[in-house]
Amino acid sequence: MEFISPGEWVKQKVQSVQDYALLSVRSITNLIIGPRYLADTTQQADLIGFGSLPIVLAACFFTGAALALNSATTLTRFGALTLIGQLVSIGIVRELGPVLAGLVVAGRNASGMASELGSMVVTEQIDAMRALGTDPTKKLVTPRVVSTVFMLFFLTILGDLLGLIGGNVVSSVLLGLDSRSYWSSAWQTLEFSDVFMGLAKPVVFGFIIATIGCYYGLSTRGGTQGVGRATTEAVVASMILIIVVDVFVTRLLMIALGA
Amino acid sequence: MSTPTLPIDYGPAIQEPRSGDALVFENVDLAFENKVILDGISFRVAHGETKAIFGVAGSGKSTILKLALGLLKPDAGRIVVLGQDITHMGEDELFDLRRRVGIVFQESALFDSLTVRENVAFRLLEEGKVSDQEIEERVREALSFVELEKTVDLLPSELSGGMRRRVAIARTIITHPEVLLYDSPTGGLDPVTSNTIIELVVKQRDVYKISSLLVTHRLQDAFTMATHYFDRTENKMKPLPPDAHGMVPMCFLILRDGHVIFDGDLQNLKETKDEYIREYIS
Repeated sequence: MEFISPGEWVKQKVQSVQDYALLSVRSITNLIIGPRYLADTTQQADLIGFGSLPIVLAACFFTGAALALNSATTLTRFGALTLIGQLVSIGIVRELGPVLAGLVVAGRNASGMASELGSMVVTEQIDAMRALGTDPTKKLVTPRVVSTVFMLFFLTILGDLLGLIGGNVVSSVLLGLDSRSYWSSAWQTLEFSDVFMGLAKPVVFGFIIATIGCYYGLSTRGGTQGVGRATTEAVVASMILIIVVDVFVTRLLMIALGA
Repeated sequence: MSTPTLPIDYGPAIQEPRSGDALVFENVDLAFENKVILDGISFRVAHGETKAIFGVAGSGKSTILKLALGLLKPDAGRIVVLGQDITHMGEDELFDLRRRVGIVFQESALFDSLTVRENVAFRLLEEGKVSDQEIEERVREALSFVELEKTVDLLPSELSGGMRRRVAIARTIITHPEVLLYDSPTGGLDPVTSNTIIELVVKQRDVYKISSLLVTHRLQDAFTMATHYFDRTENKMKPLPPDAHGMVPMCFLILRDGHVIFDGDLQNLKETKDEYIREYIS
């Protein structure tokens, strides 16, 4: 391992943040400038959205079920077991649905993007693309950003639904509660601010996942070992960023929505 | 004995030779993370000329090609390609210029998820200005130049190393560039396949009068290019008569420690007294 001075280390980090910020801005401005790659966007949406669907649904279903099980113990103590629908509903829609979907998609797709683009860098395919007159940020980055944001939004909606179904299965099968009352309380407790917060987060998380995955992929150096390193770093960075940004987005939306 | 007429004069050239320089490097410096790669590099490639670049591994040969295409920016100096100063040119402006300059990468750099047809037609498909029928015709024409028409529906992973290089050449020439950059086109290939690649490079030089920069480790490839010509009537590369060696537009550039230590033709190279160069070419 090569040792570098603290000053050089800081300089490298600042440079990385600057490069990431520039790539993120370009991924959006490319939408205005064009050319737009609709076929590539659709292909990525299929890979990211439908490819992640089973694991997002499974993760949300079992988390909803586990949330209901854990909540039941506390609610029984206060004789408020009928409120389980409300608790699961708020927990899943506001927080767990978007975060879980984001983490699952980050684990699956940030790594995929980093390894795919990283391999293209080390085999000079990115240079070849530039040499052939095509901007890689337009052909590779923007389609991935658009499709991840779009698909994560809908994956989160479906994940929320499966989370609520998981809670319902536990409350009706294990706790013997009435299914209709569960759905009724789960539905009625949700306000506009809860739904808005739950659907604003996947937009932010999708952007983070795609830009981080592409940034680490395009910054790959050092052959196949570099591809492996970029893949790992992309997953770690996107997951950590999702968890950290979630706190700030939640607080910001609470202030904005007065919730 | 009279001076032999160069057989490459047979038949009309596809592109008439032009006066002036296709490529100019003036005092170009480049360093990566405090390591100096190029230190005041200056040379010129005339229109229609092929220049072979030699140097030990890590001497900055491939870097020169990337600088000539604007894929890298120099720290100092000036680079002029086809009359345009590209030193401070933005990426969007460079995209237009890159239509006139082609590059064949060291490991071919074919897009591995695309078929040979899609790889060769990549630029035309991206530009979207040409009809599907014309694209198909031009793909066939480019693949026929490298004698690989039958591979059109294959993926790069189904091709041999030599075939990949030839597809990369076809991808580069489909837009008829005025300057070609070859990065070790024969590296890692067997002698027969290497000869096929060199024949294609010579064909570009002698038939199409393309200006080229060729990076290579194989001295024999450059000597072959300086002592052979492409006979259009027989459609194959043939040796020049011994007294006509070096009478083709072929030059040599040797790099050492970031500097140009030799820039001249075959005759100059043979006559050089520089110990390092003599050892290098022996």
